[in-house]
Amino acid sequence: MCRDCGCSLGPAAARAPFAAQPATKGHIESIEVITAILDENDRVAAHNRTHFDRHGVLAVNLMSSPGSGKTSLLEATIRALQGELRIAVIEGDLATENDAARIRACGVPAVQITTGNACHLDAQMVHDALQDLPLDGLDVLFVENVGNLVCPASFDLGVHRNLTLLSVPEGDDKPAKYPVMFRGADLALITKVDLLPHIEEFSVERARDSLRQVGFRGDIIELTRRGGPGFEAWLGWLRSGVAARRAAAA
Amino acid sequence: MHELAVCQALIEQVERVARDNAARRILSITVSVGPLSGIEAKLLEHAYPLAAAGTVAEEAKLVVVTVPVRVRCRTCKAETEAASNRLLCGSCNDWHVDVIAGEEMLLQRVEIETADEPVH
Repeated sequence: MCRDCGCSLGPAAARAPFAAQPATKGHIESIEVITAILDENDRVAAHNRTHFDRHGVLAVNLMSSPGSGKTSLLEATIRALQGELRIAVIEGDLATENDAARIRACGVPAVQITTGNACHLDAQMVHDALQDLPLDGLDVLFVENVGNLVCPASFDLGVHRNLTLLSVPEGDDKPAKYPVMFRGADLALITKVDLLPHIEEFSVERARDSLRQVGFRGDIIELTRRGGPGFEAWLGWLRSGVAARRAAAA
Repeated sequence: MHELAVCQALIEQVERVARDNAARRILSITVSVGPLSGIEAKLLEHAYPLAAAGTVAEEAKLVVVTVPVRVRCRTCKAETEAASNRLLCGSCNDWHVDVIAGEEMLLQRVEIETADEPVH
Protein backbone atom coordinates (compact mmCIF):
# COMPACT_ATOMS: atom_id res chain seq x y z
CA MET A 1 0.00 0.00 0.00
CA CYS A 2 1.18 3.50 -0.75
CA ARG A 3 2.51 5.07 2.44
CA ASP A 4 1.91 8.58 1.24
CA CYS A 5 -1.82 8.56 0.69
CA GLY A 6 -2.98 5.05 1.65
CA CYS A 7 -3.91 4.15 -1.92
CA SER A 8 -3.74 0.53 -2.96
CA LEU A 9 -0.96 1.06 -5.49
CA GLY A 10 2.14 -0.89 -4.62
CA PRO A 11 4.60 -3.17 -6.33
CA ALA A 12 2.74 -4.93 -9.13
CA ALA A 13 1.11 -8.15 -7.89
CA ALA A 14 1.95 -11.50 -9.45
CA ARG A 15 -0.79 -12.88 -11.68
CA ALA A 16 -2.23 -16.38 -11.44
CA PRO A 17 -1.50 -18.47 -14.54
CA PHE A 18 -4.42 -19.03 -16.85
CA ALA A 19 -5.78 -22.58 -16.96
CA ALA A 20 -6.05 -24.08 -20.44
CA GLN A 21 -9.61 -24.52 -21.69
CA PRO A 22 -11.13 -27.47 -23.57
CA ALA A 23 -11.23 -27.05 -27.33
CA THR A 24 -15.00 -27.17 -27.76
CA LYS A 25 -16.75 -24.53 -29.79
CA GLY A 26 -18.30 -21.66 -27.85
CA HIS A 27 -19.97 -18.40 -28.70
CA ILE A 28 -17.80 -15.83 -30.50
CA GLU A 29 -18.09 -12.09 -29.86
CA SER A 30 -16.18 -9.08 -31.09
CA ILE A 31 -15.83 -6.36 -28.46
CA GLU A 32 -14.83 -2.81 -29.29
CA VAL A 33 -12.58 -1.45 -26.54
CA ILE A 34 -10.57 1.62 -27.68
CA THR A 35 -8.33 2.36 -24.72
CA ALA A 36 -4.74 3.51 -24.53
CA ILE A 37 -2.58 0.41 -24.17
CA LEU A 38 -0.55 2.12 -21.46
CA ASP A 39 -3.62 3.43 -19.58
CA GLU A 40 -2.54 1.66 -16.37
CA ASN A 41 0.83 3.43 -16.56
CA ASP A 42 -0.99 6.70 -17.26
CA ARG A 43 -3.19 6.15 -14.21
CA VAL A 44 -0.18 5.61 -11.93
CA ALA A 45 1.53 8.62 -13.54
CA ALA A 46 -1.46 10.81 -12.71
CA HIS A 47 -1.29 9.49 -9.17
CA ASN A 48 2.43 10.40 -8.93
CA ARG A 49 1.62 13.88 -10.20
CA THR A 50 -0.95 14.26 -7.42
CA HIS A 51 1.75 13.37 -4.86
CA PHE A 52 4.13 15.96 -6.32
CA ASP A 53 1.44 18.63 -6.49
CA ARG A 54 0.31 18.03 -2.93
CA HIS A 55 3.87 18.62 -1.74
CA GLY A 56 4.49 21.57 -4.05
CA VAL A 57 7.47 19.75 -5.56
CA LEU A 58 8.62 20.37 -9.12
CA ALA A 59 9.26 16.95 -10.69
CA VAL A 60 11.58 16.84 -13.71
CA ASN A 61 12.44 13.81 -15.86
CA LEU A 62 15.85 13.84 -17.60
CA MET A 63 16.26 11.71 -20.70
CA SER A 64 19.15 11.26 -23.12
CA SER A 65 21.64 8.78 -24.53
CA PRO A 66 24.04 7.21 -22.06
CA GLY A 67 26.99 9.51 -21.47
CA SER A 68 25.43 12.82 -22.53
CA GLY A 69 26.01 14.31 -19.09
CA LYS A 70 22.79 13.85 -17.08
CA THR A 71 24.48 12.95 -13.79
CA SER A 72 27.23 15.55 -14.24
CA LEU A 73 24.62 18.22 -14.89
CA LEU A 74 22.75 17.19 -11.74
CA GLU A 75 25.93 17.30 -9.66
CA ALA A 76 26.75 20.80 -10.89
CA THR A 77 23.13 21.93 -10.43
CA ILE A 78 22.94 20.63 -6.85
CA ARG A 79 26.20 22.40 -5.96
CA ALA A 80 25.10 25.65 -7.60
CA LEU A 81 21.76 25.68 -5.77
CA GLN A 82 23.04 24.53 -2.39
CA GLY A 83 21.24 26.42 0.37
CA GLU A 84 18.71 27.81 -2.13
CA LEU A 85 16.64 24.86 -3.38
CA ARG A 86 16.14 21.51 -1.68
CA ILE A 87 16.71 18.77 -4.24
CA ALA A 88 16.37 14.98 -4.34
CA VAL A 89 17.06 12.55 -7.18
CA ILE A 90 15.66 9.24 -8.37
CA GLU A 91 18.30 7.48 -10.47
CA GLY A 92 17.40 4.89 -13.10
CA ASP A 93 19.99 2.47 -14.46
CA LEU A 94 20.06 -1.13 -15.62
CA ALA A 95 22.62 -1.91 -12.92
CA THR A 96 24.89 -0.34 -10.24
CA GLU A 97 24.34 2.25 -7.51
CA ASN A 98 27.08 4.45 -9.00
CA ASP A 99 24.92 7.40 -9.98
CA ALA A 100 22.99 7.51 -6.71
CA ALA A 101 26.32 7.42 -4.84
CA ARG A 102 27.56 10.38 -6.90
CA ILE A 103 24.42 12.36 -6.06
CA ARG A 104 24.58 11.48 -2.35
CA ALA A 105 28.18 12.69 -2.33
CA CYS A 106 26.74 16.12 -3.21
CA GLY A 107 24.77 16.02 0.03
CA VAL A 108 21.23 15.36 -1.24
CA PRO A 109 18.99 12.26 -0.96
CA ALA A 110 19.04 9.83 -3.89
CA VAL A 111 17.17 6.59 -4.55
CA GLN A 112 18.58 4.21 -7.14
CA ILE A 113 16.20 2.17 -9.27
CA THR A 114 18.00 -0.71 -10.94
CA THR A 115 15.77 -1.93 -13.72
CA GLY A 116 17.60 -5.18 -14.51
CA ASN A 117 16.95 -5.55 -18.21
CA ALA A 118 14.27 -2.89 -18.52
CA CYS A 119 15.32 -0.12 -20.87
CA HIS A 120 13.17 2.62 -19.35
CA LEU A 121 11.50 3.77 -16.15
CA ASP A 122 7.74 3.55 -15.84
CA ALA A 123 5.32 5.29 -13.49
CA GLN A 124 5.09 2.30 -11.15
CA MET A 125 8.88 2.20 -10.64
CA VAL A 126 8.86 5.90 -9.76
CA HIS A 127 5.92 5.35 -7.44
CA ASP A 128 7.77 2.53 -5.67
CA ALA A 129 10.89 4.70 -5.34
CA LEU A 130 8.79 7.45 -3.74
CA GLN A 131 8.16 5.11 -0.80
CA ASP A 132 11.83 5.61 0.13
CA LEU A 133 11.94 9.31 -0.55
CA PRO A 134 9.97 11.72 1.65
CA LEU A 135 8.75 14.65 -0.45
CA ASP A 136 8.18 16.91 2.55
CA GLY A 137 10.44 19.93 2.44
CA LEU A 138 11.62 19.31 -1.13
CA ASP A 139 11.57 21.88 -3.93
CA VAL A 140 12.76 19.79 -6.88
CA LEU A 141 12.71 16.07 -7.56
CA PHE A 142 14.82 15.00 -10.52
CA VAL A 143 14.20 11.64 -12.14
CA GLU A 144 17.24 10.58 -14.15
CA ASN A 145 15.88 8.08 -16.65
CA VAL A 146 17.78 5.13 -18.08
CA GLY A 147 20.22 6.37 -20.74
CA ASN A 148 18.26 5.56 -23.91
CA LEU A 149 16.77 7.77 -26.65
CA VAL A 150 13.97 5.36 -27.57
CA CYS A 151 12.08 3.57 -24.84
CA PRO A 152 11.68 6.18 -22.06
CA ALA A 153 9.72 8.41 -24.46
CA SER A 154 6.67 6.13 -24.36
CA PHE A 155 6.13 6.18 -20.58
CA ASP A 156 4.60 9.10 -18.68
CA LEU A 157 6.16 9.15 -15.19
CA GLY A 158 3.84 11.80 -13.77
CA VAL A 159 6.50 14.52 -13.72
CA HIS A 160 5.77 18.15 -14.58
CA ARG A 161 8.53 18.60 -17.13
CA ASN A 162 10.42 16.29 -19.49
CA LEU A 163 13.93 17.28 -20.53
CA THR A 164 16.05 15.80 -23.27
CA LEU A 165 19.81 16.31 -23.36
CA LEU A 166 21.78 16.32 -26.58
CA SER A 167 25.55 16.41 -26.09
CA VAL A 168 27.84 17.88 -28.71
CA PRO A 169 29.87 14.64 -29.27
CA GLU A 170 26.64 12.79 -30.23
CA GLY A 171 26.07 14.82 -33.40
CA ASP A 172 23.54 17.46 -34.39
CA ASP A 173 21.21 15.03 -36.20
CA LYS A 174 20.14 13.09 -33.10
CA PRO A 175 16.63 14.67 -33.09
CA ALA A 176 16.05 13.51 -36.68
CA LYS A 177 17.15 9.99 -35.71
CA TYR A 178 15.08 9.81 -32.51
CA PRO A 179 12.10 12.08 -33.25
CA VAL A 180 9.68 10.70 -30.67
CA MET A 181 12.04 11.39 -27.77
CA PHE A 182 12.86 14.96 -28.76
CA ARG A 183 9.35 15.89 -29.85
CA GLY A 184 7.92 15.00 -26.44
CA ALA A 185 10.37 17.15 -24.45
CA ASP A 186 9.50 20.47 -22.81
CA LEU A 187 13.11 21.64 -22.76
CA ALA A 188 16.14 20.60 -24.80
CA LEU A 189 19.61 21.05 -23.35
CA ILE A 190 22.55 21.02 -25.74
CA THR A 191 25.31 19.91 -23.37
CA LYS A 192 29.11 19.90 -23.48
CA VAL A 193 29.19 23.03 -25.66
CA ASP A 194 32.73 23.64 -24.36
CA LEU A 195 33.68 20.88 -26.85
CA LEU A 196 32.32 22.80 -29.86
CA PRO A 197 35.77 24.15 -30.87
CA HIS A 198 37.04 20.55 -31.05
CA ILE A 199 34.05 18.99 -32.82
CA GLU A 200 33.53 21.09 -35.91
CA GLU A 201 30.98 18.62 -37.36
CA PHE A 202 28.46 19.79 -34.76
CA SER A 203 26.44 22.83 -35.78
CA VAL A 204 24.16 24.32 -33.14
CA GLU A 205 22.02 25.78 -35.95
CA ARG A 206 21.54 22.34 -37.53
CA ALA A 207 20.65 20.89 -34.11
CA ARG A 208 18.03 23.62 -33.66
CA ASP A 209 16.61 22.98 -37.16
CA SER A 210 16.50 19.26 -36.48
CA LEU A 211 14.59 19.88 -33.23
CA ARG A 212 12.11 22.13 -35.02
CA GLN A 213 11.51 19.59 -37.79
CA VAL A 214 10.54 16.85 -35.33
CA GLY A 215 7.95 19.16 -33.79
CA PHE A 216 9.87 20.22 -30.69
CA ARG A 217 8.40 23.53 -29.51
CA GLY A 218 10.12 24.12 -26.16
CA ASP A 219 13.11 26.21 -25.16
CA ILE A 220 16.63 25.21 -26.16
CA ILE A 221 19.53 25.99 -23.82
CA GLU A 222 23.17 25.51 -24.82
CA LEU A 223 25.33 24.88 -21.79
CA THR A 224 28.28 23.29 -20.11
CA ARG A 225 28.18 22.16 -16.51
CA ARG A 226 31.30 24.25 -15.95
CA GLY A 227 29.17 27.40 -15.74
CA GLY A 228 28.54 30.40 -17.96
CA PRO A 229 25.41 32.05 -19.37
CA GLY A 230 23.81 28.78 -20.58
CA PHE A 231 24.19 27.18 -17.18
CA GLU A 232 22.71 30.31 -15.56
CA ALA A 233 19.76 30.14 -17.99
CA TRP A 234 19.19 26.51 -16.93
CA LEU A 235 19.20 27.51 -13.25
CA GLY A 236 16.76 30.30 -14.10
CA TRP A 237 14.47 27.80 -15.86
CA LEU A 238 14.50 25.65 -12.71
CA ARG A 239 13.86 28.57 -10.38
CA SER A 240 10.84 29.74 -12.37
CA GLY A 241 9.52 26.16 -12.45
CA VAL A 242 9.81 25.93 -8.67
CA ALA A 243 8.10 29.31 -8.23
CA ALA A 244 5.20 28.13 -10.43
CA ARG A 245 4.81 24.94 -8.35
CA ARG A 246 4.83 26.88 -5.10
CA ALA A 247 2.20 29.28 -6.43
CA ALA A 248 0.04 26.34 -7.55
CA ALA A 249 0.35 24.59 -4.17
CA ALA A 250 -0.41 27.75 -2.15
CA MET B 1 12.87 -3.17 -26.47
CA HIS B 2 10.11 -1.59 -24.42
CA GLU B 3 7.62 -3.38 -26.69
CA LEU B 4 7.59 -6.29 -24.24
CA ALA B 5 6.47 -3.96 -21.43
CA VAL B 6 3.81 -2.55 -23.78
CA CYS B 7 2.66 -6.10 -24.61
CA GLN B 8 2.41 -6.96 -20.94
CA ALA B 9 0.21 -3.90 -20.37
CA LEU B 10 -1.86 -4.94 -23.39
CA ILE B 11 -2.33 -8.47 -22.03
CA GLU B 12 -3.47 -7.09 -18.67
CA GLN B 13 -6.14 -5.03 -20.43
CA VAL B 14 -7.21 -7.99 -22.52
CA GLU B 15 -7.44 -10.18 -19.41
CA ARG B 16 -9.77 -7.57 -17.91
CA VAL B 17 -11.96 -7.65 -21.03
CA ALA B 18 -11.96 -11.45 -20.87
CA ARG B 19 -13.04 -11.44 -17.21
CA ASP B 20 -15.75 -8.82 -17.73
CA ASN B 21 -17.21 -10.80 -20.61
CA ALA B 22 -16.73 -14.30 -19.19
CA ALA B 23 -14.48 -15.22 -22.10
CA ARG B 24 -13.05 -18.69 -22.26
CA ARG B 25 -10.36 -17.65 -24.66
CA ILE B 26 -9.30 -14.71 -26.79
CA LEU B 27 -9.29 -15.25 -30.54
CA SER B 28 -7.82 -11.98 -31.74
CA ILE B 29 -6.63 -8.60 -30.48
CA THR B 30 -6.57 -5.54 -32.72
CA VAL B 31 -4.33 -2.60 -31.82
CA SER B 32 -3.55 0.59 -33.70
CA VAL B 33 -0.08 2.08 -33.52
CA GLY B 34 1.31 5.33 -34.94
CA PRO B 35 5.02 6.05 -35.52
CA LEU B 36 4.96 8.88 -32.97
CA SER B 37 3.98 6.50 -30.17
CA GLY B 38 7.55 5.23 -30.10
CA ILE B 39 6.41 1.67 -30.74
CA GLU B 40 7.58 -0.48 -33.64
CA ALA B 41 4.83 -2.70 -35.03
CA LYS B 42 7.29 -5.48 -35.91
CA LEU B 43 8.87 -5.52 -32.45
CA LEU B 44 5.41 -5.54 -30.91
CA GLU B 45 4.55 -8.65 -32.95
CA HIS B 46 7.80 -10.32 -31.85
CA ALA B 47 7.28 -9.52 -28.17
CA TYR B 48 3.61 -10.50 -28.13
CA PRO B 49 3.94 -14.34 -27.83
CA LEU B 50 6.28 -13.89 -24.83
CA ALA B 51 3.75 -11.73 -23.01
CA ALA B 52 0.75 -13.84 -24.00
CA ALA B 53 2.20 -17.22 -22.97
CA GLY B 54 0.17 -18.82 -20.20
CA THR B 55 -2.63 -16.24 -20.38
CA VAL B 56 -6.19 -16.25 -21.72
CA ALA B 57 -4.71 -14.66 -24.86
CA GLU B 58 -2.16 -17.41 -25.43
CA GLU B 59 -3.71 -18.52 -28.73
CA ALA B 60 -4.95 -15.12 -29.85
CA LYS B 61 -3.85 -13.52 -33.08
CA LEU B 62 -2.42 -10.01 -32.72
CA VAL B 63 -3.50 -7.63 -35.48
CA VAL B 64 -1.43 -4.43 -35.60
CA VAL B 65 -2.93 -1.61 -37.66
CA THR B 66 -0.28 1.05 -38.36
CA VAL B 67 -1.55 4.60 -38.65
CA PRO B 68 0.48 7.11 -40.70
CA VAL B 69 1.46 10.50 -39.31
CA ARG B 70 -0.86 13.27 -40.50
CA VAL B 71 -0.49 16.98 -39.82
CA ARG B 72 -2.81 19.96 -40.24
CA CYS B 73 -1.13 23.19 -41.29
CA ARG B 74 -1.94 26.29 -39.24
CA THR B 75 -0.95 28.51 -42.13
CA CYS B 76 -2.59 26.98 -45.22
CA LYS B 77 -4.98 24.59 -43.38
CA ALA B 78 -3.97 21.62 -45.57
CA GLU B 79 -4.02 18.12 -44.03
CA THR B 80 -1.12 16.03 -45.28
CA GLU B 81 0.94 12.98 -44.40
CA ALA B 82 4.36 13.59 -42.87
CA ALA B 83 7.47 11.65 -41.86
CA SER B 84 7.92 11.38 -38.11
CA ASN B 85 11.19 13.33 -38.21
CA ARG B 86 9.90 15.93 -40.65
CA LEU B 87 6.67 17.31 -39.26
CA LEU B 88 6.16 19.91 -41.96
CA CYS B 89 3.15 20.79 -44.08
CA GLY B 90 3.23 18.68 -47.25
CA SER B 91 1.55 21.50 -49.14
CA CYS B 92 3.40 24.71 -48.15
CA ASN B 93 6.37 23.29 -46.17
CA ASP B 94 5.55 25.38 -43.07
CA TRP B 95 6.50 23.91 -39.66
CA HIS B 96 3.50 25.48 -37.88
CA VAL B 97 1.53 22.23 -37.93
CA ASP B 98 -0.57 20.22 -35.49
CA VAL B 99 -0.28 16.45 -35.45
CA ILE B 100 -3.74 14.96 -36.02
CA ALA B 101 -2.77 11.28 -36.31
CA GLY B 102 0.23 9.06 -35.69
CA GLU B 103 0.52 9.20 -31.89
CA GLU B 104 -1.89 6.32 -31.23
CA MET B 105 -1.09 3.27 -29.16
CA LEU B 106 -4.59 1.90 -28.72
CA LEU B 107 -6.33 -1.36 -27.99
CA GLN B 108 -9.19 -1.28 -30.50
CA ARG B 109 -10.99 -4.60 -30.49
CA VAL B 110 -10.95 -7.99 -28.80
CA GLU B 111 -12.57 -11.05 -30.31
CA ILE B 112 -13.53 -13.53 -27.61
CA GLU B 113 -15.06 -16.97 -27.30
CA THR B 114 -17.44 -17.50 -24.40
CA ALA B 115 -18.29 -20.89 -22.93
CA ASP B 116 -21.78 -21.36 -24.31
CA GLU B 117 -24.10 -20.22 -27.00
CA PRO B 118 -26.25 -17.44 -25.53
CA VAL B 119 -29.85 -18.36 -24.61
CA HIS B 120 -32.47 -16.45 -26.60
